[in-house]
Amino acid sequence: MASIDTPAPPAHSNRPPAHSGSGERNLLARLWYDKKTRGVLLQILTVALLFAFLAYITSNAIANLELLGKTFSFDFLNEPAHYDINQTLIEYSSKSTHFRAGLVGMLNTLVVAVCGIILATFLGFLLGVLRLSPNWLVSNMVYCYVEFVRNTPVLLQILLVHGLVVHALPKPREAQEWGNIADTIFFTNRGVFSPMPLPQDGFNWVIAAFVIAIVGSIVFARWAKKRQDATGQHLPVFFISLAAIIGLPLIAFLLAGSPLGWDFPALKGFNFRGGFVIRPEFLALWLALSLYTAAFIAEIVRAGILAIDKGQWEASLAVGMSRGRTLNLVIIPQAMRVIVPPLTSQYLNLTKNSSLAIAIGYMDIVATVGGITLMQTGKEMETMIIVIGFYLTVSLSISAVMNWYNKRIKLVER
Amino acid sequence: MKRILLGATAALAMGATAASAGTLADVKARGTLICIVNSGFVGFASTDKDGKWQGYDVDYCKATAAAVLGDPSKVKYKPATGKTRFTILNSGEGDVLWRNTTWTFVRDVDVKLAFQGVNYYDGQGFMVNKKLGVKSAKDLDGASVCIQTGTTTELNLADYFRVNKIKYEPVPTENNEESRRNILAGRCDVYTTDASGLAATRATFKDPENWVILPEIISKEPLGPVTRHGDDNWSDIIRWTKNALVAAEELGITSKNVEAMASKPGNNPEINRLLGTEGNLGAMLGLDKRWAVNAIKAVGNFGEIFERNIGTKTPVGLERGLNALWTDGGLQYTPPFR
Repeated sequence: MASIDTPAPPAHSNRPPAHSGSGERNLLARLWYDKKTRGVLLQILTVALLFAFLAYITSNAIANLELLGKTFSFDFLNEPAHYDINQTLIEYSSKSTHFRAGLVGMLNTLVVAVCGIILATFLGFLLGVLRLSPNWLVSNMVYCYVEFVRNTPVLLQILLVHGLVVHALPKPREAQEWGNIADTIFFTNRGVFSPMPLPQDGFNWVIAAFVIAIVGSIVFARWAKKRQDATGQHLPVFFISLAAIIGLPLIAFLLAGSPLGWDFPALKGFNFRGGFVIRPEFLALWLALSLYTAAFIAEIVRAGILAIDKGQWEASLAVGMSRGRTLNLVIIPQAMRVIVPPLTSQYLNLTKNSSLAIAIGYMDIVATVGGITLMQTGKEMETMIIVIGFYLTVSLSISAVMNWYNKRIKLVER
Repeated sequence: MKRILLGATAALAMGATAASAGTLADVKARGTLICIVNSGFVGFASTDKDGKWQGYDVDYCKATAAAVLGDPSKVKYKPATGKTRFTILNSGEGDVLWRNTTWTFVRDVDVKLAFQGVNYYDGQGFMVNKKLGVKSAKDLDGASVCIQTGTTTELNLADYFRVNKIKYEPVPTENNEESRRNILAGRCDVYTTDASGLAATRATFKDPENWVILPEIISKEPLGPVTRHGDDNWSDIIRWTKNALVAAEELGITSKNVEAMASKPGNNPEINRLLGTEGNLGAMLGLDKRWAVNAIKAVGNFGEIFERNIGTKTPVGLERGLNALWTDGGLQYTPPFR
């Protein structure tokens, strides 16, 4: 019946050790009664206890695993995975390793997170602005949407969207009769099939033209800004750049003799084959996460815009700026300072919520390494460490980028 | 004491603790058996209208509780998905796993599970809608296939289709219910799992007559109970409870006649030993001498359990097949009670 063998922290005993002299005792007492020193001491003690606790837990976990006869090792990553994955961005087969399966899962998580963040931001800003619309109907419809979405669990929304996609869209054989656009894009409950572009000889010219147009636009924008600073004249930079970015590659494309083939999807046997496919699981997860997060972003954007004093509008209009330029140059830059910090945590939420993918069978990192690999190898600790480490890395990266952006847009005091 | 502390701390840390003292002592102290079962699988483990658990695997849980605690109702059912079951068992959150789990080398040796025999001999099959006109698994090129993730099914499927050079799209889900929804919605063309599972799932369809199970059985799936490595006494109890039910059928003991046969020693010494009227097999296991009587009385012998839950007279409608007694040409066989 041994008791817990954590050493009792000496600082908790009021009585000093018997052998210590009275001078030393005064010193200790003085240290203890000094508010600042005591604070530091308590903090050191807390950290030490915390580490002792963590070390204790870890050693116990390892001891218990050893008791079961399990070793702690990542060697399983080099073993063949033996399972198939339906959405793979890199080459993968059931003979690939668990490591590769993990990579496929990570990429699947990243792609749904990135697509989700883009769509959620776009929708969120749109809804946030519409929520402030003077039109009663528009404003209240957005209000209802936001309140409905924010107050129901995201897992149910994911299941709902997946259910809608799988039940409402036609089966592959029916998609030839309804559910297609001009017999080239097919909407089925096995996915959305569209033609896949196949670049041929000479397509590099188009890519080169595209790169040149982008670089050119950046240079042009800088020059236009300098010119405006010097002369006060404003050029429509956005439209000129847009025209260049679309126009130049298009001209190159035509000059090179349209070097692009298309792989059309065609019904063959059970399914459509060929073309580019977006699986319903991805579609459902992407839409559900975006719609859910957009509701939160809408509120953040609304709060950000409302935080800007009405006087800013009035002052800007008074000096003769148009409403659009006021919004772009005066209101939004200031509102961004309020919007960005909470926006960051919404991005993090979306990324982490993507781990609900398994509920509808989307093969993300949790479903591959944290699911099938865990099951087949029995390495609970190791796989969970990989999964948690991955989410931590992604989340911290998003935070870092957003913090950098936040710093860039923050108010510069002179 | 220290072990329990260790366990409790580790549980805090990672939600996982190796069971401390013997499982038998734990179960007796607790007064209930925690039995890990399928989260919903008609015929094997599912809840009825009143929320009561029933099914083939559930009956084995009841038999175990009857043998250990003398009361088949003292079971707490812990539903698990294919993915969570071993973690729940190994972490000590459950005492025994009766969840149509395939006995494989890696699970037995590397995942550190202890398999206690086979209570159902199964094999993986395919089920499709009749209107697709598919006659064989070899016709499935290009099909979308519904599977439950984290199962041996998933691995067999990948192997079988790769060897036969058949392309397919796997559509994974976490449990039988979601796969059922997917196949009914037409998200996939074919559902693959153990043949018993296909029959059980088909029994829940509105139009079971429109679904066919293809002739190919592509794997061996011996399903059986699982315990943790390193608790031999508890493993013995699970293994021999299962064996007792098979022996009961072999020896003609049923839930109806077991009390009469156990009231006094009869002519057959093996029956006497099994029912505790002779010898002390129960005490050797650390149980009451009526352990087998209680188990058989609660759920009946192997044949009774089979026929009541999944036999030909039930909606699941499975033949005994490989699960007939060895004396009838099947594989169900028990070492002697001696």
